[in-house]
Amino acid sequence: MKYPFPVGRSDFIQGDEAIARAAILAGCRFYAGYPITPASEIFEAMALYMPLVDGVSIQMEDELASMAAIIGASWAGAKAMTATSGPGFSLMQENLGYAIMTETPVVVVDVQRGGPSTGQPTLGAQGDVMQSIWGTHGDHSLIVLTPATVQEAFDMTIRAFNLAEKYRTPVALLTDAEIAHMRERVYTPNPEDIELVYRKLPANKEEAQYPFGDIHGDMIPPMPIFGKGYRTYVTGLTHDEKGRPKTVDAEVHERLIRRIINKLEKNKEDIIAYETFDLDDAEIAIISYGTVARSAIRAVKLLREEGIKAGLLKLNTIWPFDFEMIEGIAEHVSKIYVPEMNLGQVYHLVKEGANGKAEVELIPKIGGEIHTPTDIIERVKRGV
Amino acid sequence: MHLKSAYEIREKYLRKDMLPTIFCPGCGIGSALQYTLRAIDDLGISPDEIVWVSGIGCSSRVPGFVNFDGLHTTHGRALAFATGIKLVNPDLKIIAFMGDGDTAAIGGNHFLHAIRRNLDVTVILINNFTYGMTGGQVAPTALKGLKGTTAPYGQFENPFDIAELAVAAGANYVARWSVFNYLQGINSIKKALQKEGFTLVEFLSPCPISFGRRNRMKTAPELLRWYQKITVPLAKAKKMPPEELEGKIVIGEFADRNRPGLAREYEEYKKRAKKMMGWEE
Amino acid sequence: MRREILFSGFGGQGVILASVIVGRAATVYEGLYAVQTQAYGPESRGGASKAEVVISDEPIDYPKALSPDCAVFFSQEAYDKYLRLVKEGGIAIIESDLIPHRRLDMERKLRVYALPLTEIAEKTTGLSLTMNILTVGLLTKLSNVLSEDSIEKAVLDAVPKGTETINLKALRKGFELGEKALKGSFKP
Repeated sequence: MKYPFPVGRSDFIQGDEAIARAAILAGCRFYAGYPITPASEIFEAMALYMPLVDGVSIQMEDELASMAAIIGASWAGAKAMTATSGPGFSLMQENLGYAIMTETPVVVVDVQRGGPSTGQPTLGAQGDVMQSIWGTHGDHSLIVLTPATVQEAFDMTIRAFNLAEKYRTPVALLTDAEIAHMRERVYTPNPEDIELVYRKLPANKEEAQYPFGDIHGDMIPPMPIFGKGYRTYVTGLTHDEKGRPKTVDAEVHERLIRRIINKLEKNKEDIIAYETFDLDDAEIAIISYGTVARSAIRAVKLLREEGIKAGLLKLNTIWPFDFEMIEGIAEHVSKIYVPEMNLGQVYHLVKEGANGKAEVELIPKIGGEIHTPTDIIERVKRGV
Repeated sequence: MHLKSAYEIREKYLRKDMLPTIFCPGCGIGSALQYTLRAIDDLGISPDEIVWVSGIGCSSRVPGFVNFDGLHTTHGRALAFATGIKLVNPDLKIIAFMGDGDTAAIGGNHFLHAIRRNLDVTVILINNFTYGMTGGQVAPTALKGLKGTTAPYGQFENPFDIAELAVAAGANYVARWSVFNYLQGINSIKKALQKEGFTLVEFLSPCPISFGRRNRMKTAPELLRWYQKITVPLAKAKKMPPEELEGKIVIGEFADRNRPGLAREYEEYKKRAKKMMGWEE
Repeated sequence: MRREILFSGFGGQGVILASVIVGRAATVYEGLYAVQTQAYGPESRGGASKAEVVISDEPIDYPKALSPDCAVFFSQEAYDKYLRLVKEGGIAIIESDLIPHRRLDMERKLRVYALPLTEIAEKTTGLSLTMNILTVGLLTKLSNVLSEDSIEKAVLDAVPKGTETINLKALRKGFELGEKALKGSFKP
């Protein structure tokens, strides 16, 4: 297969471009979007590439429709993606909930910018963290990934598709305006070296009768795609294993919602990804994610040079969240700092995880600039 | 036209385990559904080639009752979901069963854009001037003076004429009937199903419980008689002065043309892209 | 090894492209790490333009320039705003025709190369637009981080089809000026 961009070597590209290329290599063949800064370059790259690889790229009338179209595409059998920024992500919450309820594998990229409302269209932020996890109504779960570099944006886009397909769930990739427009070296593997996951399909007509049933005991029902003669009915209403609406049956509702949440919660070990830097003997922990984690790495290096035993936990997923791991860290450090480009979001998750075992302090920053290493170092030193 | 018995149609196309339907006595949705199934049956289209989509509302529950692939989605968004299905698998035919609020209020923009891009879909529109499922609020098609729980003193806004909107936006086929006009209805659906691009068959459909009751028409027959009073066939309407058409609803075929549908346009677009990039001759 | 380069001027001078070429040469042709960022927001509208490249032989953590080892100034506004950021002993390349008001007190701590770059570019290629590429050539020689060969390849990747010859000409003029500068033949 021919690709409209270089593969098997390194290139120097922007985060948005990296996400588009990775999506195509992950097998994405349907993209629907609506222009928005700073995510438009993802769409523009998709528009350029998709027709060449026999995929679809279409500009919808708004983000409500973009999200709807990718869900439709997924039920027709395609790996599908959309990308947006805060204002559009708000509109997508409606159908993101539908994707969760109907267990539809899709990837949604939110390139964060300053908010609320139109806010700071061109500047980076991490203000959509809680929205990405809890933005849609009702009890639910989904997967949220947080790349910090352009290479990670590339790698995690492929992972986002793999997780979406494996767990039959929407996956949100949370980047920001910094990564979107930053150019970095990105190694694009040869397509045959990329491990791809495809959704589990029903083995036969009998299995296809239970598109929402835990028939394999792994909480992940096979997904009968449209047009195969399975006569599948999909609804956003509470439904039983066969997909029939059961809107006033408490037991059916509880069984469905708990399975949707548990299929991710019980597979946390597989889903959650993180990296540590100098954390083993650390007396002070910094917990960070996304672009800011890069400042935190530098801060840890410089603090160590000054004899302060700092260490970093860099979160590559922020949902599901490993509260137990945070408690484990809290037991071994005197203090945890959480630098975020917001006024406290993952901070609250960390605080809950720390469970009082260590003091947790937020290092907030809003306005569009990422924390400098000095921003972090000064706060840490103040506490020492 | 030979008409099979309703039992035969029901046996062949409905999901038995989903019955009874949620529809109230006197509701017109069942009739429109029957016409649609008869059209499919007459044309001999395999149910495996059709996906039904819908949004939210009484009529949107239809995909659950028919034994086809079906996507019952969010309020107003059915056509946006359909766009994804059709472009990924152009071999599938899509029927969207939609209500007046779904189509012209919350889904108004999706409706207009689906028509603008000539999405290949057949919309069966149930127009009963009301939000039946939620208890009788006024719909964007409600004629001035009609009552609903959110306009208890009579609607004070102007209505949308959905069929006219569809014609103006560029739909390939547009017809409107009342459910009383069953032969015209079935024939229109047959025409619509055989065309590419956007096709719409609108039905004035009785809702005695949520709508009729509040407007002194407690039963379906009363509503049907009212339709007969307010509907004017297109040929006749053309000869009538505008003041006489005030408060009337024109029925008939409003558009019948053959612009290329979205799926075909996109196939062409792919070819153009490959040619422009030198990937193909 | 961490090197930070700042490019600044106004829209239309090819500031961003120059930074992309340098980053591309470092990553694609020298196997180094590099991050290129550019200023968005109000300051990038209708006037000022700023881009940074951080180059390193190991993964780059903090992606922005903290104190540039090398800075290029194509406008008075940019000069006034960013000159103070340049690291002591660092390189400052200045478009002397466009920057009439200089801070010699601050320049004293730097290695300053001030030239009428636009005029030289126009004389060399007939196109003043090639000034950015010429400057990349000059910078390459002066900063001594990247090879001429890598920069040439990156220029060819980045410039519009049909302009390769003219841009290479500008680039080589930049190399030549850099060579002379290093020999001290045109210090201000």
